Amino acid sequence: MSLNAEPTSWSTQPPSLRKADVGGAVTAFPSGDWTLAHASVLEKLVSAEVRALADGTRKASAAAFAIDFSAIGQLDTVGALLLNRLVLASQQPLKMMQGEDKHRVLMQAVNANDLKPNVQAKPKSGPLDFFVSLGRMGKTFVHELAQVLSILGGASAALVRWLTFVRRFRWAAYLTHLERTGLNAAPIVALMSFLIGGILAQQGTFYFRRFGADLYVVDLAGMLTLRELGVLLTAIMVAGRSGSALTAELGSMKMREEIDALRVLGIDPVEVLILPRLLALITALPILTLIADLAALFGAALDAAIYGGIPGEVFLSRLHEAIDLQEFFVGFTKAPFMALIIGLIASLEGLNVLGSTESLGEHTTQAVVKSIFFVIVVDGFFAVFFASIGI
Amino acid sequence: MQRLSRNGAYIPPAASVAAGSELISVRNLTVGFGQQTVLKNLDLDVYSGEILGVVGGSGTGKSVLMRTILGLNRKSSGQVVIYGHDIDKANRKQIEMIDRSWGVLFQNGALFSSLTVKQNIQVPMREHTRLSERLMDDLARLKIEMVGLQSDAADKFPAELSGGMVKRASLARALALDPQIVFLDEPTSGLDPIGAGQFDELIVKLRDTLGLTVFMVTHDLDSLVTVCDRIAVLARGKVLTEGPLHDILRFDDPWLNAYFHGARGRAALEHETR
Repeated sequence: MSLNAEPTSWSTQPPSLRKADVGGAVTAFPSGDWTLAHASVLEKLVSAEVRALADGTRKASAAAFAIDFSAIGQLDTVGALLLNRLVLASQQPLKMMQGEDKHRVLMQAVNANDLKPNVQAKPKSGPLDFFVSLGRMGKTFVHELAQVLSILGGASAALVRWLTFVRRFRWAAYLTHLERTGLNAAPIVALMSFLIGGILAQQGTFYFRRFGADLYVVDLAGMLTLRELGVLLTAIMVAGRSGSALTAELGSMKMREEIDALRVLGIDPVEVLILPRLLALITALPILTLIADLAALFGAALDAAIYGGIPGEVFLSRLHEAIDLQEFFVGFTKAPFMALIIGLIASLEGLNVLGSTESLGEHTTQAVVKSIFFVIVVDGFFAVFFASIGI
Repeated sequence: MQRLSRNGAYIPPAASVAAGSELISVRNLTVGFGQQTVLKNLDLDVYSGEILGVVGGSGTGKSVLMRTILGLNRKSSGQVVIYGHDIDKANRKQIEMIDRSWGVLFQNGALFSSLTVKQNIQVPMREHTRLSERLMDDLARLKIEMVGLQSDAADKFPAELSGGMVKRASLARALALDPQIVFLDEPTSGLDPIGAGQFDELIVKLRDTLGLTVFMVTHDLDSLVTVCDRIAVLARGKVLTEGPLHDILRFDDPWLNAYFHGARGRAALEHETR
């Protein structure tokens, strides 16, 4: 058996195919290298012969067919597979002549495996597809809502166990996550809010100057940042920063069966993984909101001083008149709810990750998109609520 | 050993490479990570057409050796020559050819989780060749059946497969481009004895039909006894001894004695001699 020590694709002998009538049997004489490197040439050679053979069998049924390996150089599975197409087209059992053992062994193996035709069922498409997918979406939504409630319930139960001293609280996990979601996010949140405050004040200054009401820029900036923008932008930042991290962490733990491992060890994953993260988010987001509010007001004051010529003391005294503590609390109250929504959605998506990396990416994206969307929706509800109770 | 013409093109293998000649030779290989030296001045040859089993205790650097030959680890010093090409001196085209000419079965399969089995097998085909869709489909199906999977496994995702099926699917991917040599990293680990035995048979069958050379890192005594033509034992960063099973058995070393003459080793050997 002469084994070729270099990869077959390095060979240079071009393949060819000759057909002859030998003793009443149609015999194919493949020559040259029937290998992967020549696949496209081979496929053309073979498909021409397949057509000829199919014509032949239609006219004179069941002419004997054989393959003579005496002239072949190298053969790999690509070549054998293509030769087998000839065998299939002839509708005859495989018959081989001459040549080396190793080629015949390979050809035999390919022929034994490659008999079933390639049938692939295509999913049917119908006029009702839209409604089917709509129904699926609705079903998924209801299912996910139930899951969110179950996570919330599990977390609440774990919280109660802690509060009633049944279980120790995992301070280490809680503080780690508080550092990651709160402390580490503080600089970027402060910077972002500072810029937003400045931009808001600048736009306001130009607008109010037309009416000679320059000073109202303080009302605008104060009201908007404290009631809405401070908390909303912080929540969006946290959803992108910590929500995605939460989903990715839970998701990769799910992929490696770590969550299952926790379960069988008698440890509640919601208690050890989700509750500390949820609580950290709920603690961190109000603190970050406070930082964001202060940074935004500072940015607005600085900008008003530069563009509007409003000195710092004037800004402060006007702010004192325009805003009372209530405005701050309107924004501040929303923070824990938004944190809860971000945490729940991110946990849900994390736990729904399936085995593939693609699924991990998809669910992480979903977590961020959904939590930002629902943060804004909830903000809308709060706006309606506060308006109706007259705050 | 260099079979290069002046412009770097390949000189065809011709008849100069006979059966049983060296496909891979490793000389004076030293590999370390940080302070720790894993392999020290190791020499090893892999001959064409053989099934070489590499054994050794945990942490003796079996996988490191395999990964270094494959170019996944950096070596500190030494020489790895593949098909006569020193991989340190090979140009980009040669490296690509070498990469195409081997298949690797990683310990945990390393199938791409977001692709189906069929797509996994077609990844190397799409990357390195221009085949028609029909031919690629047929080839993927052929490889799936050759490794003993049901044809309906083609459209399954790796997460939906059992451990043994993952190994087989991964082997099918390793065979996608009709490699010259396949590297198997503990192919039977995690399989039940029956599944492991079938996998061993499969490896021998594929070697015989496809003319493969097999480099197998293994812990499995049964695989060593029934499948391997030659065994290399790694210890203390070197090849302690190499040769067919009966030579290895005669070699006197505490670890080898414990390995082959422990209860499990005896059972495997008795089974074979019967």
